[in-house]
Amino acid sequence: MSYIVIDKEKCKACYLCMEECPKKLLKISKDTNGLGNHVIEFNDPNHECLGCAMCATRCPDLAITEVYRG
Amino acid sequence: MATQVFKLPDSLKGDVKYSFCPGCDHGVAVRLVAEVLDELGIRENTILAASIGCSVTLYDFIDVDSLEAPHGRALAEATGIKRAKPDKIVFTYQGDGDFASIGLAESMHAALRGENLTAICINNTTYGMTGGQLGPTTLLGQVTTTSPTGRNVEYYGYPIKIAEHIALCDGTAFSARVSLDTVANIRKAKQAIKKAFEVQIKGLGFGFVEILSTCPTNWKMSPQKAHERVRNEMMPVFKPGIYKDVTLQN
Amino acid sequence: MSTQCLTNKKVLTKGNYAIAQAAVLAGCQCYFGYPITPQSEIGEFMSGKMQELNRGYVSAESELAAINMVIGAVSTGVKAMTSSSSCAVSLMQEALSYATTDELPVVLVSVMRGGPGLGNIYPSQGDYFQVTKGGGNGDYNLIVLAPSTVQECVDLTYKAFYLAQKYRNPTVLLADGLLGQMMEPVEFYDYPYPEIDTSDWALTGAKGRKSRIIRSYGPLAEDRCVFLEKLFQKYKVIEENEVEWEEINTDDADIVLVSFGSTSRNVKTAMKKLREKGIKAGFFRPITLYPFPNKRLAELSRKTKKFVTVEVNMGQMVNDVKLAVNGNCPVELIHKGVGAPPSADEIVLKIEELL
Repeated sequence: MSYIVIDKEKCKACYLCMEECPKKLLKISKDTNGLGNHVIEFNDPNHECLGCAMCATRCPDLAITEVYRG
Repeated sequence: MATQVFKLPDSLKGDVKYSFCPGCDHGVAVRLVAEVLDELGIRENTILAASIGCSVTLYDFIDVDSLEAPHGRALAEATGIKRAKPDKIVFTYQGDGDFASIGLAESMHAALRGENLTAICINNTTYGMTGGQLGPTTLLGQVTTTSPTGRNVEYYGYPIKIAEHIALCDGTAFSARVSLDTVANIRKAKQAIKKAFEVQIKGLGFGFVEILSTCPTNWKMSPQKAHERVRNEMMPVFKPGIYKDVTLQN
Repeated sequence: MSTQCLTNKKVLTKGNYAIAQAAVLAGCQCYFGYPITPQSEIGEFMSGKMQELNRGYVSAESELAAINMVIGAVSTGVKAMTSSSSCAVSLMQEALSYATTDELPVVLVSVMRGGPGLGNIYPSQGDYFQVTKGGGNGDYNLIVLAPSTVQECVDLTYKAFYLAQKYRNPTVLLADGLLGQMMEPVEFYDYPYPEIDTSDWALTGAKGRKSRIIRSYGPLAEDRCVFLEKLFQKYKVIEENEVEWEEINTDDADIVLVSFGSTSRNVKTAMKKLREKGIKAGFFRPITLYPFPNKRLAELSRKTKKFVTVEVNMGQMVNDVKLAVNGNCPVELIHKGVGAPPSADEIVLKIEELL
């Protein structure tokens, strides 16, 4: 199972990662972080994540800290 | 068992939080440099000559010995470091204002002397840190806080094509222009940055990468629109490509 | 000519060459410079010598670049220098200000010429303010040493490298066109100071230790206040320990002539001539312009009747003498705007007028 790890405190809500995800697994959360941003949320109930790391490669703020493929 | 395919580079300081605006490509560029330092295994032997601009606190992010240079003088300080310690890997990370306006003499002469240095220049067509004024790379027609009706040639002159100029210097070993507008281009950018360090390691001369980058805040655009601008407005003028690579000659 | 043959020998040489040779003997690893009269011989000498010794030399694109190259080199813990003159030293002020807050041992040789602006290439002392009051921004001091002979050009070049490293503060050797161009017999000798360990701060690559940052930027006001207090504590130590001056016949002097650098040579002769005429004149020469010998001048001001400073400028050091004297006795100025210093006889005449 592939998955990503998000450090929500680093997310500045640019949402560039959302466009990159080929499976559209990233969504804007209702929750906010310490910066007051509605952070990005990884939601993959059907285990569709490819582990392609496009989101992490795109993220300008190191908020997607790890990607696993399996 | 899942294998890890992405992690934050060791050459970044632990738990680093960037000071860049949301969606700014600086963050990607800094990470790419750190990834290259990791991959080449040179972090512990590397010294950074930092610059002035949005990149001013780079030394708070990248985990290498760092010297802060006055505005425009990063390549002079890098030259001093390298001449004192030729076995060290020395690089600069500058904005277009730092590299190609106030520091053009230092940049060009470091390339002309063929200093074994690596320089990374972020081109976002504006002075970002001071609030979006006209800079050396501001495009014709571009509205900035000091070109309120757009840059016109009669009044403001032309923007500089940095990578092409650096490629013309005989001491340059590698000069490329890359962009960060897509994931594919981010990966290409990393290869160029790596090459710019490799030519230094091999002692071939000056390694240079100009990175087309966004400034959503001062462009007054969403990060998504900003990348469209890079593609539609910047890339036709500042064409990505490798302008010089001595490792391919002969 | 190897560096070895320069030691322990008396040779006839120009001030500029003496400075350059002394720098090589002091262990200067890198020289960066841009030509300007009247100090170009320093860079000329260095270009060949540094290559021969496999040390660093760059013919920099500007003085801006040259001084910043020095900052880069000394940040790695080695000794390095640049040399320049007046209008071109103006271009270096930003970097000197940075180097004080970077706490880096930059060595600058400033061989003064006429100013302001392009001025001319005649000798001058018009840059006393430039180096002692700072042409750069913010609160800082440069250590400033002022030789008056070619031999002192050697002695104080050694000392400049030592003090710069000892206190991690930019240090200026303030000569002038007269000293730079004149020939005198000088003796070279091995670097007389202990080598300073730079390993606890120098940038050498973060191998087996935390990475280091040498920075001038202090974004937080409170932190900056703390830093400036610490910097000025250092200046206090320098002021307590490093003041150097020469004084002759001051014990019974009614009038004390104060002068620095090449001008002081004629002033010393004038003092002797005044003594021959029965005028109780004394001679006082600050060797360190920063730290300035103000405590000693204050002491003298309580027993002498008058100070006269003699300068080749419109009156710069006279202000520091007045501050030191603090109204205890009158302070007069004999000056000439630019050029060779007034002769001893001219000085005697003017002193007689003042009395």
